[in-house]
Amino acid sequence: MARRCVMADGQAASQTILVVGGGMSGLTAAVEAAEVGRDVILVEKRPYLGGRVAQLNKYFPKLCTPACGLEINYQRVRNNPRITVLTLTEVQEIQGSEGDYTVRLRENPRFVNEKCTACGECAKACDAEVDDEFNFGLSKVKAVGNGHNMAYPNRYAMSPEFAKTPEAEKLVAVCPVGAIEPKMEAKESTLHISSIIWATGWTPYDASKIRPYGYGRIPNVTTNMRIERMANKFGPSGGKIVRDDGKEIKNVAFIQCAGSRDHNYLPFCSRICCLASMKQTTYVREQFPDAKITIYYIDLRAMDRYEAFQKKIEADQGIRWIKSKPARIDADLESRSPIVIGEDTLTGVRYADKYDLVVLATGMEPNIAASPVPASGMTYDAYGFLANATTGIVGTGCATGPQDVSGSVQASTAAALKAIQSAAKARG
Amino acid sequence: MAYDLSFAKEVYKTSEVGYWIKMCMQCGVCAGSCPLGPHWEHSPRQLFQLVRAGKMEEVLKSDSMWMCTSCYNCIVRCPRGLPITHIVHGLARLAVEKGMADPKQPTRRFAVEVFWDNITSTGRVGEAGLTMKLYFIDGIGPGIQRGLEMKNQALGMLKTKRLNPIPFRSKIKGFAGFKAMLDKAFELEAKKESNA
Ligand SMILES: Cc1cc2nc3c(=O)[nH]c(=O)nc-3n(C[C@H](O)[C@H](O)[C@H](O)COP(=O)(O)OP(=O)(O)OC[C@H]3O[C@@H](n4cnc5c(N)ncnc54)[C@H](O)[C@@H]3O)c2cc1C
Ligand code: SF4
Ligand code: SF4
Repeated sequence: MARRCVMADGQAASQTILVVGGGMSGLTAAVEAAEVGRDVILVEKRPYLGGRVAQLNKYFPKLCTPACGLEINYQRVRNNPRITVLTLTEVQEIQGSEGDYTVRLRENPRFVNEKCTACGECAKACDAEVDDEFNFGLSKVKAVGNGHNMAYPNRYAMSPEFAKTPEAEKLVAVCPVGAIEPKMEAKESTLHISSIIWATGWTPYDASKIRPYGYGRIPNVTTNMRIERMANKFGPSGGKIVRDDGKEIKNVAFIQCAGSRDHNYLPFCSRICCLASMKQTTYVREQFPDAKITIYYIDLRAMDRYEAFQKKIEADQGIRWIKSKPARIDADLESRSPIVIGEDTLTGVRYADKYDLVVLATGMEPNIAASPVPASGMTYDAYGFLANATTGIVGTGCATGPQDVSGSVQASTAAALKAIQSAAKARG
Repeated sequence: MAYDLSFAKEVYKTSEVGYWIKMCMQCGVCAGSCPLGPHWEHSPRQLFQLVRAGKMEEVLKSDSMWMCTSCYNCIVRCPRGLPITHIVHGLARLAVEKGMADPKQPTRRFAVEVFWDNITSTGRVGEAGLTMKLYFIDGIGPGIQRGLEMKNQALGMLKTKRLNPIPFRSKIKGFAGFKAMLDKAFELEAKKESNA
């Protein structure tokens, strides 16, 4: 714990701000509040910070790597003694009101203690593998590891299932610094907090729910987030966009609004997926200079100030833009290639076009829908995002609605100010 | 040129669930979902856009509404939840009411000249009678010709017990109740129309 962090020791009006969610939004809010002198506790449910941005290959519109923005924020966190980072931690309960909250936390066991130097000896000795959530199941990872190449904190964690096995015990002797603890247990703690910033972000919409598109059933139908991982050089295919049979890719389609703007799935526009697909055409173009690219869309939404980015992408003559939401995807069993079926709404032509790879541009489901804020009196909008109607508990980033990174960062700076104001009231 | 919204307004107001047409976002999913897709003159999406554009003739003279098999694929998939099948049937009805539906449209003739009488006279569909009446709808000559063309199919269906050969079937049990239901439906419909 950082030095000024106030535990539940009877002290009344704490000035500490709690930030929940360690993605770009939570990181920003935490750093902004701490850099003007507030004590901050940053709580993240995963073993590492960074959120979804850590999984992206490049950022639109600049097409630079998200790694530097993340690294700068990690530095700011590392260098600021006012910030306490608690990973693998979730908020169990919030009681009280603005300026005076009592918060109960649960820190799940990491099975690797703070002595870990990330030397990797345990992973080398470990034979067990688990699905790699970070790479959306495109690969397997060792049951003990540090999530991904840029994980912060750079400290290993062990899968809870694996920790129960005798193999886990064997790793205790392997670790040169005695960091492996398969018997580690969850810890509960209670804090006094003046105000709370809720930044729990989003999850990609489960594409297998969109039955007519056959994700999971039809080969070579993939998702935009999987493309981010494939295109990343530290990703599961070493930076190559690949088909499941390794055959050459000459013809790629993107299907917009896959599971968004649809009353059967997510009724709202996810706002970033048009831009994300435009960005991903540059990944395809880089790897396959002659590939044909098709984008199926209802209407293109280069939100806010991103129209210039769209113009830039439109300069690629190898992209076909088809105004149509495809009705379904069929499988061509012989070639293992998907066939996209629908009506071109500008010509009225019914098409059935075969592609080597089809990318579903899935949208954002708020994490809050599955795990709401454990406090009374919270309000949510019609789509399940947090509505900022409560003072004292402020939502930001994708917890409050679909956002790009710069929008999330701006909202989070604003949220930090609101939280500081609540804290000032508490001082009263 | 100014927009003439009178036809669109009429459809929203009087055609069955026609007001839903306002909700269409022109995505094309319905057209791609329809098993008869390529055979329509206009896809549902096109019909709806034509309604909005005030193109009464094109809509009501289109044969599209008559091609719908009520498979409900489009309703299931429409992202905006439009009851497309019902809207399309409503437009077919409007076309008849306004005297604009082609009297020779085969589906319309089947519905009006064959199916309705067949089912309402006994309370059940008499398959043999229905088929016969349909085959002979254009007179004896074409009827015999059609019958011969379809002979093998008919025999196959008989053999597999898919076709009841008795041409004249008795009324269902409780036919009086069935009739009362139909009369009530007509009464309600007439009331609705006089209020519209
Ligand atoms: C395919 C795709 C590509 C994109 N590309 C770009 C791009 O190029 N440029 C751009 O600007 N934007 C892009 N975005 C949008 C970008 O991902 C978001 O703007 C960004 O992730 C928002 O950050 P966040 O912190 O609000 O949420 P998240 O990144 O989701 O972070 C939330 C954090 O909270 C944690 N958390 C969740 N629940 C809890 C809980 N109960 N307790 C504690 N912690 C919890 C999560 O583990 C996570 O670390 C893209 C989105 C998609 C779908
Ligand atoms: S941003 Fe584009 S792809 Fe995403 S939901 Fe909105 S319109 Fe559809
Ligand atoms: S599927 Fe629905 S929203 Fe899309 S064009 Fe058809 S009726 Fe309109």
